[in-house]
Amino acid sequence: MPREADVNLSSKAFVTSALAQGLRVDGRSPLELRELAISFGRELGNVTIRLGKTTVLAHTSISLAAPSPERPYEGTLAVHTELSPMASPFHDQIGRASDEEVLLTRMVDKAIRRSGAVDREALCIVAGEKVWALTLTLHFLTDDGNLLDAAVLASILSLKHFRRPDVTVVGSEVTVHTEDERVPVPLAIHYTPICITFAFFESIPQPILDPTHLETQLATSFLNLALTPQRELLVVSKTGGSPLEGDEVMCCVGWAVERVREVNERIEKALKEDLQKRVLEVR
Amino acid sequence: MSRVEILNDGGLRADGRRPLELRSLTLQLDTIPEADGSASVSHGLTSVSAAVYGPREPKNRGTVHHDRAVINVEVGVAAWSEAGGRRRGRGDRRIAELAASIKSTFEPVIMTHLYPRSQVDIYIQVLEQDGGLLQASINATTLALISAGVPLLDYVCACSSGCHNTTTLLDLNNLEESDLPSCTVAVLPASFKVTLVSMETRLHVDRFEEIFRGALRAGRVIRGEMEAVVKGRTRGLVQDMGRVRAAGGAGAVGTGEGAKAVAGEDVEMDDSL
Repeated sequence: MPREADVNLSSKAFVTSALAQGLRVDGRSPLELRELAISFGRELGNVTIRLGKTTVLAHTSISLAAPSPERPYEGTLAVHTELSPMASPFHDQIGRASDEEVLLTRMVDKAIRRSGAVDREALCIVAGEKVWALTLTLHFLTDDGNLLDAAVLASILSLKHFRRPDVTVVGSEVTVHTEDERVPVPLAIHYTPICITFAFFESIPQPILDPTHLETQLATSFLNLALTPQRELLVVSKTGGSPLEGDEVMCCVGWAVERVREVNERIEKALKEDLQKRVLEVR
Repeated sequence: MSRVEILNDGGLRADGRRPLELRSLTLQLDTIPEADGSASVSHGLTSVSAAVYGPREPKNRGTVHHDRAVINVEVGVAAWSEAGGRRRGRGDRRIAELAASIKSTFEPVIMTHLYPRSQVDIYIQVLEQDGGLLQASINATTLALISAGVPLLDYVCACSSGCHNTTTLLDLNNLEESDLPSCTVAVLPASFKVTLVSMETRLHVDRFEEIFRGALRAGRVIRGEMEAVVKGRTRGLVQDMGRVRAAGGAGAVGTGEGAKAVAGEDVEMDDSL
């Protein structure tokens, strides 16, 4: 398994001295996101997010299943993430997942599934017998830093884009209608989780948002925040790295609130545009 | 099924505590004699034991760093620790995340540059769970590292906090953790800086600030308790040293002058530090 080489000293000196003056290597300001490109696939729920060069593909599928005995009134949502060498040749650890992968998977899981963004009770068809089982699969295509933000964006867009088949229940008889019979129904989503990652550098007071791969290697600590556009925090995660002041954390929360509002507007716009292009109605 | 109130009319919680009251804290050092360092921490009914081996020869030559020590954390959760007795393997995601969080919390605090090409192993065993697992694990690890004599920049003290309506609650038990939005904060008390913040529930930004600051202050209180335990242990060690030296001086076959000089010295502990 190849281990990534440390960043060479001249690159490190260049990046850190530029950051000390508030400049980033790719010309962004410290709190600016990279260019966000959203493209939808042919199938509903197939979304590719490009954040700069970082590319994540998400796709949602659904099937009928029996509910878990502990929760007979709820459908299920499973999130599958796999970090393969496609993203970067250094993500190749067969067997136990690397620390990075564990944290990435858990964060996506917490932000999308455990936060309750998708209404699982609305996925119930016949209580105790039949429910919808949603599967969200994430494919990491390119890793140029900040896979987490791109992954969460792709996930929530995929879920919002997806339409499930309509169902009629007569007694305990379930009829699943195909696309030709009835218009597919959107999922019930309470709120839109959007994740923002901050990177901190030693002896530089200003943190940066959405770090590239190079900046990620040089940063000394990270703060991941998942928020909704309604000013609610879903996940806060700062594990390790150099310690931060309490005020710095709250400052970042304030900046994240603004960014989340902007990103949310963009994704709503993209969803609306795509909806106009598609033919979902049956005449 | 009657629901237990989180906070009753008298302002008391389900277990009789006031909102900002911590659970009974038990801190013990050197609980495992074979390990280089060990500690056992209980917050109320949550009980965690940590053992530290190292710095020692690295087992895996591939992960050796030329200029610092490698920290390795393994967490084992006893099957009887949870209500319902669920057995969790090592690969369980929740446990892997706990281990990864603890490793990244302590990596910047342990002075790893003093031990290049070596390894520090931290083994954590969860004996009983009643909420506050992450906080107990972090506190136990801090004490175990101190017991092992591994140099640290500062104590790492962790506490959980939650929000019920607008009241901040500290040190949540299992019932409160599953019902309320909560966060765990690990702080370096001397500088009041934060090394770990973890929140997984939905909470408004303003409420979060309140519980965040509450947990920071609680970390300081826990530090006071930790310091008392560590100093008590050192005091015991100093007394034993004094006794050994006095006994050694009296029985030594040496010149009368040498024996006098040794007996005259008294090993004293500096409480001002």
